[in-house]
Amino acid sequence: MSARPRIAIPVFPGSNDEHDAAWALRALGADALLVRHDEPELPPVGAVVLPGGFSYGDYLRCGAIARFSPVMAAVIEFARRGGPVLGICNGFQILCETGLLPGALAPNADLSFVCRDVHVEVTSTTSPFTSRCRAGQRLRLPVKHGAGRFVADGALLERLEAEDRIVLRYEAGDNPNGSSGDVAGILSDGRNVMGLMPHPEHAVDPLLGSADGSYLLASLVDAVCQRTLIAAA
Amino acid sequence: MRARVLVRPKEGVLDPQGRAVHEALVKLGFPVAGARIGRLVELELELETSNSASAREEVERMCEQLLANPLIEAYEIELAK
Repeated sequence: MSARPRIAIPVFPGSNDEHDAAWALRALGADALLVRHDEPELPPVGAVVLPGGFSYGDYLRCGAIARFSPVMAAVIEFARRGGPVLGICNGFQILCETGLLPGALAPNADLSFVCRDVHVEVTSTTSPFTSRCRAGQRLRLPVKHGAGRFVADGALLERLEAEDRIVLRYEAGDNPNGSSGDVAGILSDGRNVMGLMPHPEHAVDPLLGSADGSYLLASLVDAVCQRTLIAAA
Repeated sequence: MRARVLVRPKEGVLDPQGRAVHEALVKLGFPVAGARIGRLVELELELETSNSASAREEVERMCEQLLANPLIEAYEIELAK
């Protein structure tokens, strides 16, 4: 008997994309489990998806307070053991605040909240989040954020490039927030943690304008299946 | 003991709020060459000691852990009795 791959979605006060993330992951064959912010432990899962939203009202800085939730201690431990963790939008901001990902996310360069579809290029396929993509593949994904400007100094940007850790870049002329190097998504040095500003979970059905988000989320579901097989072997 | 923490974008980090306010002040005719916007955090401390050096250290730890993101923000601490 093969169980469906299980993925946890921590929910913080102010998260608002957890149900879309759960819906998308279920449509792609996974069991999605919503986990409250005050749970000190994760249920047995093969991956974690940190959803978008405005955790703790985005007070102080986006993601700064969510980082200290009990569930985040468990997520950090899960990531340190090599578990795949995907942070979408506010989830990306939380991952940068925890230090699981380098850099910071600052208010958009033009100060306006941006809500539209963008085109991103898949610039690395060697990750649990992009294994179903072709190198250079163009994805159409929605963004909706006020603080999505990835800030990295020159040395960090060079390191991320040299280590093939920039997974997604906005297409030239389509950078919605002024991020350094047109970065839309990056990986941790262990390649098991990814953050991105666009929302793959809002783009898994052609009815919603694009199904390109499935490439990323289905890659993650694949990775969970593989981890389960390895663990069982 | 009270402390005021002033957090602002580091030199060289784009501050779109400051830029927008600068442009607005210039449009109003004020002679302003630049503006940077940060945030002010006023703290009422509950410390066992009245030693200001150790109070400052404590507030520095607060800044490093939560109040500022040292990658993009700088902070200044002012202590008052």
